[in-house]
Amino acid sequence: MFTIVMVLVVLGGIGAIFGFILAFANKKFSMEVNPLIHEVEDILPKGQCGACGYAGCAAYAEAVVSNKDVPPNLCVPGKDEVAKAVAEITGKVAEKVEPRIAYIKCKGSIDKAAQSYRYKGIKDCKAANLLQGGPKGCKHGCIGFGTCVNSCPFGALTLSNQGLPEVDSKKCTGCGTCETACPKNVIEMVSVDSLVEVSCNSKDKGAIARKVCSTACIGCGICAKNCSYKAIEVKNNLAVVDTKICIEKCNEATCITKCPTGAIQSARGLSVKNSSNIKVTI
Amino acid sequence: MGEYLTLFMGALLVNNFVLTKFVGLCIFFGVSKSLNASIGMGMAVTSVITLSSMLAWVVYNFVLLPFHLTFLTTIVFVILIASFVQLLELIIKKQAPTLYSMWGIYLLLIATNCIVLSVPLLSVESNYSFVKSIIFSIGSGMGFALALILMASLREKLVYADVPKPLEGTGIAFVLAGMLALAFLGFSGMI
Repeated sequence: MFTIVMVLVVLGGIGAIFGFILAFANKKFSMEVNPLIHEVEDILPKGQCGACGYAGCAAYAEAVVSNKDVPPNLCVPGKDEVAKAVAEITGKVAEKVEPRIAYIKCKGSIDKAAQSYRYKGIKDCKAANLLQGGPKGCKHGCIGFGTCVNSCPFGALTLSNQGLPEVDSKKCTGCGTCETACPKNVIEMVSVDSLVEVSCNSKDKGAIARKVCSTACIGCGICAKNCSYKAIEVKNNLAVVDTKICIEKCNEATCITKCPTGAIQSARGLSVKNSSNIKVTI
Repeated sequence: MGEYLTLFMGALLVNNFVLTKFVGLCIFFGVSKSLNASIGMGMAVTSVITLSSMLAWVVYNFVLLPFHLTFLTTIVFVILIASFVQLLELIIKKQAPTLYSMWGIYLLLIATNCIVLSVPLLSVESNYSFVKSIIFSIGSGMGFALALILMASLREKLVYADVPKPLEGTGIAFVLAGMLALAFLGFSGMI
């Protein structure tokens, strides 16, 4: 009996003592949070995408307010408006945010790309990727279960009935969450002003790539030969566009018409540039 | 003096808590990816172990022993350490913000870790005096820090190594930890 009472007294006593000490310490050592942090946090888009390099919007808000060296323009989704507002609150100078947009480097829709087997597992690209690199014959292309669509914090991606994700250019903020979600690295963040993009990710040799997909880049190099500005070259059997040269110099976009498989596509920037410049038939 | 040195070196190398007693393994694998984080974690663990085993010694010898309640040791120590770490976090956050930004985030991770609990438990079990238990805890804390820093340096080098595909990441870390433990076995004849 004595033991039971003592157990209750000792445990209860220790609990009570520490409870009081903690409650007291919580009052005494409570931190006053800089109100600017909340203000900045309210302005940020709260996609929690982490494109700024911090663990979420709250962490970036704290860093940008309390650390002098953290620039106010790190929020990619917020673009210039947010950068300006953050700069105003923190008293820093905002530099321009380079706007970016997600680009799907695969046009191998259901009718164009062959399947190597029928997949009946969980409808998730990462899961499918574990099984022989996915059901698609092309091991570099989009698997098409929409893992990127689910990952997008801004609802900018939709899965078309052709089994490929589509980017809503109005909603896409260029945060890059989908880029990391995609197990095949099919999605890339490109400049919104980019004129042409290679809509293929296949590093296979031409013959193999052509066999599994009718719109693959076969690495023939016709685009590179026809580009008068040397903005395209073929690396690892895949055409790569130097966006900088392309945006600055080119306004005829011969590569699109010359590509035998249609792997080079016009991007968002071309239509904008064309409306003011010359016409291109695509 | 020699007795204290033996105790210290014993806790640091011969009976290294991570590599020969296998406690505190979750931090050992979790935080050993970068050297900076592991130094912070090592410092945090050492100070928390030392302070909490001082506290635990006082409670054990002045409360639990006189009332014959030693069967409550484990549960009382759990409460003590968990609330003490909370308190420490509050104080450091207010009084030393630079220290808090260095290893504050690790403090709460430690609160429920087995190495912090096992050091006070072992030192009361061995009937150490107050000074001895402090030396024992500093030694074992530094032993933990040593193991963590060794592991982190190895894992940073591992980035450049050509690791077989199935062993990448945690797999090779386990292999490494096993080798480190084998190496520490060499100290066992020292004392």
